[in-house]
Amino acid sequence: MTDGARFQPASDQSLLVYFGEKITLDSHQRVRQLLRLLELEPIPGVRNLHPAYCSLLLSFDVLRLSHDELEIILGRYLGRLEDVRLPGPRRVEIPVSYGGEFGPDLDDVATTCGITPDQVIALHSSVTYVAYFLGFVPGFAYLGELPDALATSRLATPRRSVPPGSVGIAGKQTGVYPFATPGGWRLIGRTPIAMFRPDRSGMSFVSIGDMVRFNPISRAQFAALENS
Amino acid sequence: MSVIQVQTPGLLTTVQDLGREGFGPLGVSPSGAADPISLRIGNRLVANPEGAAGLEMTLLGGTFSFADGAILALTGSDFGATLDGTVVDPWTSIEVRPGQTLSVGPALSGARCYLCVHGGTAVKPFLGSASTHILSGLGGFEGRPLRKGDVLHIGSATGSFRERTITSQARDRLAPRQALRVTPGPQSSWFSESSLRSFYAATYRVGEQSNRMGLRLEGALVTQSPGGEMITEGVSLGAVQVTHGGLPIILFVEQQTTGGYPKIANVISADIHCVGQLRPRDEIRFEQVTLETARSLLVEQEKLLASAELILE
Repeated sequence: MTDGARFQPASDQSLLVYFGEKITLDSHQRVRQLLRLLELEPIPGVRNLHPAYCSLLLSFDVLRLSHDELEIILGRYLGRLEDVRLPGPRRVEIPVSYGGEFGPDLDDVATTCGITPDQVIALHSSVTYVAYFLGFVPGFAYLGELPDALATSRLATPRRSVPPGSVGIAGKQTGVYPFATPGGWRLIGRTPIAMFRPDRSGMSFVSIGDMVRFNPISRAQFAALENS
Repeated sequence: MSVIQVQTPGLLTTVQDLGREGFGPLGVSPSGAADPISLRIGNRLVANPEGAAGLEMTLLGGTFSFADGAILALTGSDFGATLDGTVVDPWTSIEVRPGQTLSVGPALSGARCYLCVHGGTAVKPFLGSASTHILSGLGGFEGRPLRKGDVLHIGSATGSFRERTITSQARDRLAPRQALRVTPGPQSSWFSESSLRSFYAATYRVGEQSNRMGLRLEGALVTQSPGGEMITEGVSLGAVQVTHGGLPIILFVEQQTTGGYPKIANVISADIHCVGQLRPRDEIRFEQVTLETARSLLVEQEKLLASAELILE
């Protein structure tokens, strides 16, 4: 235990650092602080970092570092987390055309939640979400928390391919699929914004720590944005 | 500049190097060769740096012509290749004369064959790597598997041809294993003793829906003890996650970077290349080793790969 953090080997070349066993903004802040510190002062031999809700996975070169050595070095980093200043959150707006072919599960979600489709749209776009981390595929931001009234389970059978730009919800999370991938989240709309573009500075439309809102748009606005 | 012309692409042929590390925070997985050892040796046979980009063929190879000639080597599984009709020895560098055509057939065993050319396959790097990430359409040649008619550039090559091959002892020692060695996964304690016993005793069959993202296994169900509630976290290469249905999935080179299923085990680094040679319907077992053993197996393997006796000239 160091500063309330727990270490757990994940493989012979990776180590997990857990900050608590629950999703809280506090533990997430510490994930971000450790990530930031490791980006500013990289540990030689550490090859990759995977931040998540309340954990950070580090993969490393087994020929240069052992788990024990890495834990000792990380102990020193963890002691300095409080001094790590995070950049102020960016505000990001994602335009979404809800329902119809863009949101094939909107009506089901409304029925399950006992409200109308319009209320689903109003609720989903009423909240400012925190981008907890990017994961799964390039540019996929895990956004939370979804209003309790919209909490739904994943599809029993994931779709084999979800169209890029699809806006999905699952549990207390929401997110936008950047690429045509398999997906089990319930789809309620679609954005014309490219979530991940290699030729754009920063590449991902949403970054870790961003404050994200969804803005309902019409089909016509969707088409105009898509062509612009 | 010399080129490779794709006459037929094979089943799934992509440009791969040793992958892109360091972009986990963007959700970008390393990708890279499914059997990195074969790619590394292939590059050494044609006097390239170990991490140069080559072509990874899956189950069925393609037909490639070389208008300006080339120096090349085929490594990995034997796909029964011929050059203008003459059998090509795998794991040996050969000189291709201008206008000759290389035909790579179906896999005689294993799943993947690598074509390495002297000078490397030249593509525009994405985040520092030539690797194709098929799912997101990023990297490699236009972010996709090769098609008929594609023309790939070969990087500038300065060396002259020397026949190189690898020792048969080294080939034996690096040959893919069917018993994959694993260390305990971060949630291995979430599984009951009897579940763990059955996991390690079982023979699993590689499912048809397996690819570079993950290998779905069929066989004994593994059940999680009640209690643990999984919060999505980073996943490492070779993680063996268990879905709600109780079947294990090995997360592979083009894996999702984070996931919400518990991991019972993790394939050791020294055996990752074996996963890249598994094909649907292959049977495998898991064998548990300690982190220390995993580490010394990798050290031993790297020593073999670095040894002067590996390559015969």
